[in-house]
Amino acid sequence: MKFFVILCTFMCCGNAIAQDCTYSLTGYVIDLHDQETLADATLSIEEGGRVIQTDAKGKYTFKNLCQGTTYSIRVSHPSCDAENIKVTINGDTERTIYMEHHLEELGEVSITAEAPKNAGKTAVESSLSTEDIQANSAGSLGDALNQLSGVSSLNTGNTVVKPVIQGLHSSRVVLITDGTRLQDQEWGVEHAPNVDLNNAGSIAVIKGAAGLQYGGDAVGGTIIVNPRRIPISDSLYGETLITGVSNGRGGSITSTLVKSYNSGWYGSFQGTLKRFGDFEAPNYILSNTGAFERDVAVRIGVNKYSYGVEASYTLYNNELGILRASHVGSAADLANALNSNTPQVIEDFTYTINPPKQEIKHQTAKLNAYKRFNDIGKLSFQYDYQQNNRLEFDIRRDSEDVRPSIDLELRTHSATLDFDYTADNSVVVKAGIVGRSQTNFPDPSTGIRRLIPDYDRTDFGVYALAAKTLDAWTLEGGVRYDYNYINAEKFYRTSFWEARGYDVLFPELVVEDFGSQLLTNPEFTYHNVSATAGAGYDFNDTYSLTLNYALSNRAPNPSELFSDGLHQSASRIELGDIRFDKETSNKVSVALSRKRTNWSFTIAPFANYISDFILIEPTGSQQTLRGNFPVWEYRQTDARLLGVDVDNTFRVSEHIEIANQLSIVKGQDTTRDLPLINMPPVNTTNRVTYTNEKWHHLKVWVESQYVFRQNEFPDTNFEIFIVEADQNVLVDVSTPPDAYHLINLRGQLDFDVSNRSTLEIALAVNNLFDTSYRNYLNRQRFFADDLGRNVSLQLKVNY
Amino acid sequence: MKTINTYIIALITGMIAISCSSDDDNTPQVINEDEVITTVRIQLANSIGLTTTLESVDADGDGPNPPVFSITGEPIIENTEYVGSVTFFNETVTPAENVTLEVIEESNEHQVFFTPASGLNVTTAYGNFDDNGNPLGTAFTLTTGEVSGGNFTVTLRHEPTKPNTGLADAGGDTDVEVTFGISVVIQ
Repeated sequence: MKFFVILCTFMCCGNAIAQDCTYSLTGYVIDLHDQETLADATLSIEEGGRVIQTDAKGKYTFKNLCQGTTYSIRVSHPSCDAENIKVTINGDTERTIYMEHHLEELGEVSITAEAPKNAGKTAVESSLSTEDIQANSAGSLGDALNQLSGVSSLNTGNTVVKPVIQGLHSSRVVLITDGTRLQDQEWGVEHAPNVDLNNAGSIAVIKGAAGLQYGGDAVGGTIIVNPRRIPISDSLYGETLITGVSNGRGGSITSTLVKSYNSGWYGSFQGTLKRFGDFEAPNYILSNTGAFERDVAVRIGVNKYSYGVEASYTLYNNELGILRASHVGSAADLANALNSNTPQVIEDFTYTINPPKQEIKHQTAKLNAYKRFNDIGKLSFQYDYQQNNRLEFDIRRDSEDVRPSIDLELRTHSATLDFDYTADNSVVVKAGIVGRSQTNFPDPSTGIRRLIPDYDRTDFGVYALAAKTLDAWTLEGGVRYDYNYINAEKFYRTSFWEARGYDVLFPELVVEDFGSQLLTNPEFTYHNVSATAGAGYDFNDTYSLTLNYALSNRAPNPSELFSDGLHQSASRIELGDIRFDKETSNKVSVALSRKRTNWSFTIAPFANYISDFILIEPTGSQQTLRGNFPVWEYRQTDARLLGVDVDNTFRVSEHIEIANQLSIVKGQDTTRDLPLINMPPVNTTNRVTYTNEKWHHLKVWVESQYVFRQNEFPDTNFEIFIVEADQNVLVDVSTPPDAYHLINLRGQLDFDVSNRSTLEIALAVNNLFDTSYRNYLNRQRFFADDLGRNVSLQLKVNY
Repeated sequence: MKTINTYIIALITGMIAISCSSDDDNTPQVINEDEVITTVRIQLANSIGLTTTLESVDADGDGPNPPVFSITGEPIIENTEYVGSVTFFNETVTPAENVTLEVIEESNEHQVFFTPASGLNVTTAYGNFDDNGNPLGTAFTLTTGEVSGGNFTVTLRHEPTKPNTGLADAGGDTDVEVTFGISVVIQ
């Protein structure tokens, strides 16, 4: 058959020569993405076997082609996927050939995969590479992010690790995983992000609200978790990472398998299993702190020349023990715990996880697609569904009762449509709309009053961003509008409703009176406008300066609005307020950078002024049958956060590098002229790294991590009566723990097992000297020391 | 392009349909807390049949209203032995749940402590014990001394260390802690 075609072609051409074969075909080969011409592209005419290359200006010329003949031309370029085009000659013919130069990898299917580069030009941003992520494979997302300057964490024990960006956390930090805004009940301080770190290819952190395409309420910042990119080629490859740790006597195993085809089709599967028993402080076992995590991620898609579609599903499933000794019955128990140097409960090591514990399941199903249009840009669409199930088990009076105390199901549907203008590579224009519908269902079978009420929420957002590069200058700006509507059905205790004066203010909200409780139907509507503007200037190849301003607004979260009782896991009464208005942040960030191999640094100061900042703090105590409980009330105030992040890297010699980081945040309640509670203390990390590429890519580092004592804190101590002492005792919940210094080591080596497989071995020791310390931002600090020495061994196999 | 548009429209429509359909949920049902203790009742009776009842009721549980204390019956008299009982109720449910039964059933995991303030001339002794022979305390005896007055605290601890020498080394979680100001009067 093929012979027949060739024969015909020759016959055809033979005829053509006899006719008129004096015409030429000329044109340019152009990158579809940025309109740049492509030099050294190879063009071959299949009929006749003529091969030529484009010149330095991307121009090509074929001569002596025949009138009326259709030629098949194969076009290829080193960094592009080859393509075939057909051209029919009609006189001297011109034809421009577009190639997808930029798209070397399939990660592009993710709408946001390239977004940080575009949208955060003047915003202060830090990121983690795959290597940084894998070093923390057995840890959590928060542990990995902790390495970045300006990012710390708010912990509950060592498994619930919430990222804090320049002093702000929870609802003020937006988490984007693979283009999807994570909806995982992020409001709670003991709710860690429901993300498997091992599914990430890279993680970027935008410090502040400049990432407008992700949301207008990121007062603290945005964390963007990007998936691994999949190259377009016929390949099957995989990677397995096994980590064993001494502290917790467990480890993790994570495997990724990817199959891709030249046609653009691909599929990948990733699974993670983590299992830990009780972790240990230097002097004792932290009883009931084990964890058991199981995660799965599947992607399948196609990435063609100018369009792509991807479907994906991820499951995150985690069971986490909460330190047994941190469960206290009353303020008196808390006082007893604080006055004791060791936890009140220390048992033998076990892998069993008992209450108090959390069981979390987060599922995301997603479909996205994009289409590129020549000369215009890229249109992307995404639909995703997220279901978050959160079970919290407390110690019940009846130990036979195995029901959770909190049983929440949060279901979220989102649809986004984004447009990227890409025709001119000195301009970035992005615009998009997002719609979201969310339902929270707290299961009443717990037999315990709902902490978070039933609610339906509808969000709508629209944004536009633009950036322009003019020689050394970069200018950018953006604006976003968000609409939020919350329709809640909340049971209030009648006594609380009246004590708050809601019976006078909001009598119309009451739907039904159950005597001691009232069913109410509060509805809230918020209209928020956010904006960002920035400028960057490159002095020369070495120095650059950026300035960014971001305005953001955040609607109060359900916990801030609706809390009205005992929060068992915190052993305090927490009171929200439905009269709260949105909080507004005005943040200015500056970054001065030097980029040279011998010495590079970034100094990034910021000032964040937040009006109607919502915070929670102790306001007194309340008498109950269980004794006195501290009362923590949310309130709104004006706040000011000032700080600076410094990153500094010296390359001393070919093999030795010294890196230094410093983060400072100072938070002030400007209304009351008092420091803000729970601000990260000043901390500095210094690392010396020795690398020798020639000897199995040897890399060894020693790291010193020094965390200062937080000297600025509000005095929130209170007194309670202790029966056994027969007197009032001061409960010191505000004094921060002392400064501490930890030394960490890590060494790694690569080996080629075969020509297709490599093996990487890494040995790490954290807290080398087994130092006892407590961390101000760990809620467990009232009850126990932080983790002792941890030796981990990691094996990574690529195949 | 056309197919993509159609696709997008179909998905948006689908999403709206799904989000609208979630609105037909029923009204949430009221939860009457079954973990709460709203009432602690201490009944004292002496050999000649004089009885005294100390009661603390916190009808709204963890709500803002404080517990209401009451002492009813005859005054507590000097140099007398009383047989006492402690009962716990959850009155947010109807009928009221007698939580004492659960405490007795899980006697190994509970203990009631009696703490008279130093100025109050009374002593207590445990009247019932758990399966291991350690004190439980839902039954007790109270012996008065000379005329005096002061605080008398009753504490219920969940999962205390047993045996123990008192509240100070008992640990566990406090389920109940009520303090009555009482007087021992002349006979």
